[in-house]
Amino acid sequence: MTFYDYIIQPFAEFAFMRRALAACLAVALGCAPVGVFLTLRRMSLMGDALSHAILPGVAAGYLLAGLSLPVMAAGGMIAGAGTALLSGAVSRFTLLREDATFAAFQIVSLAAGVTLLSMRGGNVDLMHLLFGSVLAVDDASLLLIALVTSLSLSVLAIIYRPLIIDCFDPGYLRRGGGGWHAIFLALTVLNLVAAFQALGSLMAIGVMMLPAVAARFWARTVAGVMAVAVVIAALSGGAGLLLSWHHQLPSGPAIVLTAGVCLLFSVMMGKRGSLWARFGPYGHHYSEGRSN
Amino acid sequence: MSNTIRLEDLTLGYERHPAVHHLSGAFVSGTMTAVVGPNGAGKSTLLKGLLGLMRPLSGRVVLSGVRQQQLACLPQQVMLEPDFPITALEVAMMGHWRQVGLWRAMGKERRGTAMAALAQVGLAGFEQRWVSSLSSGQRQRLLFARLIVEDAPVILLDEPFTAMDDRTMTDLLAVVQQWHQGGRTIIAVLHDLEQVRRYFPETLLLARHALAWGNTAAALSAANLEQARCMSEAWNSYGLPCTQGAA
Repeated sequence: MTFYDYIIQPFAEFAFMRRALAACLAVALGCAPVGVFLTLRRMSLMGDALSHAILPGVAAGYLLAGLSLPVMAAGGMIAGAGTALLSGAVSRFTLLREDATFAAFQIVSLAAGVTLLSMRGGNVDLMHLLFGSVLAVDDASLLLIALVTSLSLSVLAIIYRPLIIDCFDPGYLRRGGGGWHAIFLALTVLNLVAAFQALGSLMAIGVMMLPAVAARFWARTVAGVMAVAVVIAALSGGAGLLLSWHHQLPSGPAIVLTAGVCLLFSVMMGKRGSLWARFGPYGHHYSEGRSN
Repeated sequence: MSNTIRLEDLTLGYERHPAVHHLSGAFVSGTMTAVVGPNGAGKSTLLKGLLGLMRPLSGRVVLSGVRQQQLACLPQQVMLEPDFPITALEVAMMGHWRQVGLWRAMGKERRGTAMAALAQVGLAGFEQRWVSSLSSGQRQRLLFARLIVEDAPVILLDEPFTAMDDRTMTDLLAVVQQWHQGGRTIIAVLHDLEQVRRYFPETLLLARHALAWGNTAAALSAANLEQARCMSEAWNSYGLPCTQGAA
């Protein structure tokens, strides 16, 4: 099998592969920066919880309209936003902390989602929804993904300043911080819903978190980390699609595993903070402190 | 511009137990007041009340000539994300936030103000240093630089010199005095009475309620301080409902 056969031909020959690739690139562009902010805010696990929270909504959409992506996406949005609001309220008004409420909602949502899905349809649909399928990306869902990505990048650019301030020094914005946090959570849910179309609901969080975590080993500034994260996410998307195509694997896990390999490589060989940087053949710098 | 922060029978507390009890008085424009008292006297709680971060159990805080957002504050423990990739200059420039908001450009001029503020706190040359690489003293200097940039008419400081070495304290105290000379209102929670006597014209001696509020020398009299020492820190969970101020 030549290089062309493996890398180019599937995309050249099949329109749905091109659509899937476009979807993956758009998802990478939207999700990776959001993932970077999630890690900076130490909310990685909350992202994970939110990704599960959209499942009951998706399942309800599926029960109503079958495998119709717009309906399932709308359901996912509602469920995700509802969970974020509800767990925010529970942690504010009761003794439970936010991480505990999210963890509770997450597992209940997952159970509810799978139960709803199994009420109708077979295991094939269930697998598609949980783990993604390149075939599922039609024009409508591609449009939705592109829309979410555009919106997400624009909003992120607009609220960049308060978001950075709120991440670095949570008390500084005082009461103002909550509003930006809510907008950011909404963006997270939107992106997870977009990513779910290509990757499946269980895997969507992977393309958000793994590139963001891996990128921290390569860049120092927030903007730099985001750029690297987008590149890693895009590469994982393309490579994962090809793996999925050639070896008949579900697309979601293939993409997430590729991103996982990128992370493993970054942990070992990354430019800063990696095992190589720590135990590799470097001395440490020392200079007399400057007087001031 | 003149501004006043007036406390009218202010009671603040947690779980209905007051930490600040029936406090009345005013921080007048341009005054420099030290808030002094034993631990648990309600000093930090009072600052939270001024900032509107706690709803009063009774009474109120009346601001005139200044909006709540214009109160700059340096909390006792600023929870900075330790590993966050951000430079000293960028942190100082955060002080512009309330003016630039989402849309306005930072521009050369605002950058210049931030550089000057860094120089004023002795951090010239540290502009591009990562915050994670600063010592705690340098970090406190940096937070002061951000306060300078904020250019607020009223500045609240909660134990700003705790755990600082002499040199840092002297430098930062100079910044505070400069603010005072510039006509800003300063309210600082402090523990070092010697320092308060030397630098702060006014003192509020707090032990949940005000034991004294006014001229520092008078407020910090031996009798008042003895009374403050006697204040019990313990919460009395079975305390009777307060009837003071009730009709």
